[in-house]
Amino acid sequence: MEEIVDQSLREMRETFASGRTRSVKWRKTQLEAIIEMVKDNEDKMCDVLFQDLGKHSTEAFRDELGFVMRSATTALNCLDKWVVPKKSDLPLLFYPSTGKVISEPYGTVLVLSSWNFPISLSLDPMIGAISAGNTVLLKASELSPNASAFLAKTIPSYLDNKAIKVIEGGPDVATILLKHQWDKIFFTGSPKIGKIIMAAAAEHLTPVTLELGGKCPTIVDHHSVSKDMKIEMLKPMIRSFFGENPKESGCLSRIVTKKHFQRLARLLNDPGVQASIVYGGSMDEEKLYIEPTILLDPPLDSEIMNEEIFGPILPIITLRDIQESIGFIKSKPKPLAIYAFTKDENLKTRILSETSSGSVTFNDVMIQYMCDALPFGGVGESGIGRYHGKYSFECFSHEKAIMEGSLAMDLEARYPPWNSFKLTFLRLAFREAYFKLVLFMLGLKK
Amino acid sequence: MAKVFEAADASNLMTELRMSFDAGVTRGYEWRVSQLKKLLVICDNHEPEIVSALHDDLGKPELESSVYEVALLRNSIKLALKQLKNWMAPDKAKTSLTTFPASAEIVSEPLGVVLVISAWNYPFLLSIDPVIGAISAGNAVVLKPSELAPASSSLLAKLLEQYLDPSAVRVIEGAVTETTLLLEQKWDKIFYTGSSKIGRIIMMAAAKHLIPVVLELGGKSPVVIDSDTNLKITVKRIIAGKWGCNNGQACISPDYILTTKEYAPKVIDAMKQELEAFYGKNPMESKDMSRIVNSNHFDRLSKILEEKEVSDKIVYGGQKNRDNLKIAPTILLDVPLDSLIMSEEIFGPLLPILTLNNLEECFDVIRSRPKPLAAYLFTQNQKLKERFAMTVSAGGIVVNDIAVHLSLPTLPFGGVGESGMGSYHGKFSFDAFSHKKAVLYKSFIGDAAIRYPPYSRGKLRLLKALVNSNLVEVFKVLLGLS
Repeated sequence: MEEIVDQSLREMRETFASGRTRSVKWRKTQLEAIIEMVKDNEDKMCDVLFQDLGKHSTEAFRDELGFVMRSATTALNCLDKWVVPKKSDLPLLFYPSTGKVISEPYGTVLVLSSWNFPISLSLDPMIGAISAGNTVLLKASELSPNASAFLAKTIPSYLDNKAIKVIEGGPDVATILLKHQWDKIFFTGSPKIGKIIMAAAAEHLTPVTLELGGKCPTIVDHHSVSKDMKIEMLKPMIRSFFGENPKESGCLSRIVTKKHFQRLARLLNDPGVQASIVYGGSMDEEKLYIEPTILLDPPLDSEIMNEEIFGPILPIITLRDIQESIGFIKSKPKPLAIYAFTKDENLKTRILSETSSGSVTFNDVMIQYMCDALPFGGVGESGIGRYHGKYSFECFSHEKAIMEGSLAMDLEARYPPWNSFKLTFLRLAFREAYFKLVLFMLGLKK
Repeated sequence: MAKVFEAADASNLMTELRMSFDAGVTRGYEWRVSQLKKLLVICDNHEPEIVSALHDDLGKPELESSVYEVALLRNSIKLALKQLKNWMAPDKAKTSLTTFPASAEIVSEPLGVVLVISAWNYPFLLSIDPVIGAISAGNAVVLKPSELAPASSSLLAKLLEQYLDPSAVRVIEGAVTETTLLLEQKWDKIFYTGSSKIGRIIMMAAAKHLIPVVLELGGKSPVVIDSDTNLKITVKRIIAGKWGCNNGQACISPDYILTTKEYAPKVIDAMKQELEAFYGKNPMESKDMSRIVNSNHFDRLSKILEEKEVSDKIVYGGQKNRDNLKIAPTILLDVPLDSLIMSEEIFGPLLPILTLNNLEECFDVIRSRPKPLAAYLFTQNQKLKERFAMTVSAGGIVVNDIAVHLSLPTLPFGGVGESGMGSYHGKFSFDAFSHKKAVLYKSFIGDAAIRYPPYSRGKLRLLKALVNSNLVEVFKVLLGLS
């Protein structure tokens, strides 16, 4: 494995040095190939997602295939605009110098993706890396082995395999990869592993984007949303989505592995938590199935209220006054998203200005993920950096400042030996006190 | 007698500042403006003391202190005051058919309680400029100035304590012990200026708490000189940018020159001429250059100058005086590529010139080394300028000048690879200390049944059409025509 990694890195670096990945044409060809790959393999992809996660093909399309195609299409449509250098205005003092900022690829980047959306969390960052002109190595999660194998097998036949590579494996492979120097690392996963990634990156001063997680709260202000809202209303809604027997509905993904199942079972089996179940609660270890479960006011010091659940259990915490939700959220680490269903403008303002999270969505959930005009990323424990849309392009680019001076004009005051004339001149020049400067030069001002 | 800073002090400091931040002290426009205005008062009323401290610490000439530290800071504060309202305003973001009906914006919010660790070479500029960013963005901030510039450190502590709001802005003086204690706290951002070696330590400490960092580091900034340039102006700018900026002890100081074998003698002659015009026949006596900061650095520079195969390459200068920590402007020609002087950032008044058979070779030389903070090119050749700008990777590129990009608030200033991560200056400082929070406002009307299970073929088709923003297809499905 060490040799494979060494060789892959060597090849990717050579490819980058050759300049091939910098051409917009190359980048567009790769993006088109990604779209083609998804279109050609729709059924296969839905299949591996079903095998790894029990994911229904509609979800697979909405959250993975369709999402990736849209992301690649956006990049294709916008790339010409994104690569244009941005001109900077310079103060008059610097005339006729010019300044601009060029987006330059970092070089050879590493993408480590997660098992829950194994296709989109692999391909979407890769789309960013490629549009920015980098060579990229992907390691998908071993907890979604079919998706990982699919990507490892299929990507080389669609994309430039001297520039874009896939390696399979678990933590041992990740450890080998992290020993090497990368020009950027993009990681999606848990805060615990995020810390390990960042520490490894620190050895090489590698910049990182960490898309982590957290406990995303959903504030439901029943005063403004629905005066009659009751928990009772959730039950028929769940039944209408998933039928009388959700296990057989085919619309619910299963729990990914036995280990995660046992983790969730442990959270649920806490006596205080068990006592708070108002809906669901049944589990089937063999089928890795846990029923959509609602809890009402579980103990606040229970494990389930202190770590990211990442499963089909939804605790509801009731408060005397919805305003208390602000303090409640602030007492916990900053989450990736805050959702709030409310029409109360005052509450909206308070949520925005008094809480901190990657993002805030009013009156919906999850949808901010789809809006590629918005940056997607965390803050604090929920992550560092952001992507989606043009933010993906920026995520994998070094914004390089370029300044050009003129050899035709020169200011004597710039050069030693220093004297009080030069000092006054420069002081006035820096203040952009041009009129005073002219007076000074004419001897009309001291 | 200064009180010893201990672990409990670090944690109490954090608690206090966090309480101030949580209470909302730093978030309002008025507070930020009031602090920025106080910083301006410091620049306006205390310049002589600042100049004096810089002279004590570095032997820095008055002009450099006044112009490259105080004047730059003054401009930075004035720009922040002028633009703050703009910077603080949310940015509207476009939404698409997929999320219709919705509106979206990006709100800048302070990160919280931040740590600024600055360096000894421009102790005022590199301390206060990041602090300006932190304050404009609404954070509480702790500044730890470098102990290697003690007069500046103590003046900074005194002035900031005197003028700024102590519930939210603090200075902690000290060295490794104090820095280590500070690094154990859970900051919301760490901004560090200094060496790559310490940069790694900072990032490693930050990783423990997932703290985002800006690292302004250094490197060996190359200067490529083409034979078609205006040599006199080129050489004057190099000299002013190197020896005229803290005597080569600056992160974007020209570190080494690359030029052709043919042109090198002309470059050396021109440099000798201008060096004499600037610093006289006896540069060791000139008051227009900073001294070497301390005996450690003096010894370091002596060592790299005295290395075998290097000491015999001196073509100008080479004089040293350990008593007054002075080394004369020194030019060397064609030192070995694996010598110490070519392996680490020089950060001093030594300037090696490496000759090439062909100027084209400069690209390979630069690319074979870690990415520097700046790369310079002097030429009139448009094609060469473009190739250099596009293919040389550095924090920033300057053509036909040296170091000036540092004073431009409209260009991001920062490194890449070994020279750092993140950037600042102007609005980039505000952004460096902000979290850009995405906000999506969705309406309750227009709820689409297709979003919800049970999933069906019809829903899938509609979803596909929506995801592809294919309006025609959407209508077809809705009307049952697809």
